[in-house]
Amino acid sequence: MSILSVENISKTFGGLQALMSVSFSVKQGEIYGIIGPNGSGKTTLINCITGFIKPEAGKVYFRGSNIKGWPAHKIARAGIARTFQVMRPYYSLPAYKNLIIPLWSPRARAIGGWRGGGKHGDRDTVAVDILEEIGFERDSRIPYKMASTLPTGYLKRLELARCIALRPEIIFCDEVFSGLSASEVAGMVPLIEKLKMEGITLIMVEHRLKELFRVADRVMALQFGEKIAEGHYKEVIADPRVKEAYLGSEEV
Amino acid sequence: MEARRKERIDRGIKVRSEGIYVVSSLKEMLYVAGPRVFLIAGLLLLPLVLEMAPYWKRVVNIMCVYGMLAISFDFLANIVGLVCLGGAMFIGVGGYMTAIFNVYLHCPVYLAIPLAGLAGASICTLLLLPCLSLRGVYFAIVTLMYPLLFTRIIEALNILGGTNGITGLDSFPNPYLENYVIIILLLVFVFGLRRLVDEDIGLVLRGIKDNDQSVKASGINVAHMKALAVFIASFIGCLGGAYLAHLYMWAGLSLFALDFSIIPIAAVTIGGGGSMLGALIGTFILVPLSEFLRFFGTFRIVIYCLILTGFIVFKSEGLLTYFARKYDQFERWAKI
Repeated sequence: MSILSVENISKTFGGLQALMSVSFSVKQGEIYGIIGPNGSGKTTLINCITGFIKPEAGKVYFRGSNIKGWPAHKIARAGIARTFQVMRPYYSLPAYKNLIIPLWSPRARAIGGWRGGGKHGDRDTVAVDILEEIGFERDSRIPYKMASTLPTGYLKRLELARCIALRPEIIFCDEVFSGLSASEVAGMVPLIEKLKMEGITLIMVEHRLKELFRVADRVMALQFGEKIAEGHYKEVIADPRVKEAYLGSEEV
Repeated sequence: MEARRKERIDRGIKVRSEGIYVVSSLKEMLYVAGPRVFLIAGLLLLPLVLEMAPYWKRVVNIMCVYGMLAISFDFLANIVGLVCLGGAMFIGVGGYMTAIFNVYLHCPVYLAIPLAGLAGASICTLLLLPCLSLRGVYFAIVTLMYPLLFTRIIEALNILGGTNGITGLDSFPNPYLENYVIIILLLVFVFGLRRLVDEDIGLVLRGIKDNDQSVKASGINVAHMKALAVFIASFIGCLGGAYLAHLYMWAGLSLFALDFSIIPIAAVTIGGGGSMLGALIGTFILVPLSEFLRFFGTFRIVIYCLILTGFIVFKSEGLLTYFARKYDQFERWAKI
């Protein structure tokens, strides 16, 4: 049973065909990787599915209902969270206050529970709990520091924490590993696996292929807005079109 | 000779630790409450102090109306991120609404003002609704345009008293009520807005200013939140306008004057943005200053501009930011 299925999504920016009828479907609890060279349409695909830009054609089924054309906040409310490639924390707020906003949202309040908003006053505690779970040391001052003073590694985690606070069913991770050191990525991988174990479906756009292949169940490759390969990562990197997209063709 | 340097040290009270007040002695309680008590008591005593000067009592009333506009501008611009030059629109709509309720529908003053606030805020919010997705200067231009639009419509169609305005509004039953209505409204809204901004819903509004994309991605309807903020701000502005109309016992085209849009901005710039109190301090300087300078006749605007420029050049962080720092920290000479 696929939780999300995307059918023939197309998007053009002026004369540029950014996405050319891309289709894929993701099973519940799966980690699905999307790879491709720069400008191949990975982020555009995420933006189309999460409602930040409107695709021209195609359908997006989430749990059986077509969510294509819904406004972004409605899609998020249905349970599809996303991180941003260019990190977008609330710089003027302390790190844990960044999570109050998703915790305040109708979805988190409706679900409640230990990760939900709960009553007013609990939210600060819940926020620090989520930050601790994602690797902010609780007893240090880091959860209370201004987001503008945090290093990149923590900001990437904060992006993910903001998604978790929403209690989503699907998280789109737009390059959460990029810009991190090898040891920071090593710290993120168990986190991703933990989210998977909790039953959250993850769709990861990534350039760091080695790390992605450690966690992803299936991978799709995009080039110039077209899907060129899909399957287990070994099949995908063995595909001649994928090799050509990344390395260039030999005849040149 | 030994070398020395100036150190700047935070006062050792944890009064600024996230909503929890660690207060252990009378001295510290006074330290926390002092500025607030000073503001509240000062404002409440002002009409009594100025007993002998009815003209200045009038100035205080008008100053408080500008204060209402300044806090609503500060709230929209520095918390929600909507630069709204609609002060004139709020005053005008509030003033005309109370005139309609009071003169045409015969509501008494104490009913007409709150009704005008609610009705005016609804009208202003509806009018600004299509522009809420605009940002920065574009939103500012639209809000600046509406008062001009209203003026021309009233002139051209000769409705609502045309260029003469609506006369015969009830005045306040006694002069003390006249003073204290606006002073108490102002205090309630200053502290109310400050509380709102610290609540979780206030954090969402601040999040919208920081980046609205993340707020959207958190499943919150940004347009709804902005509309709510505009409603709150225009409610405050319209109450000010309704009060002003009753003070003048007249609602006319001059309620749409550009001053109501510009002076709040100047006040927030001088006082420092984001805290509401800065806006208040700004108006408490600017409005009386402008009255004092009447002494210089037509030369007044020149001096006014020079003083404004001085504030902006020498204390560009805002007076409140400066004084708050001086209050929370102390400096001393230390040996190196």
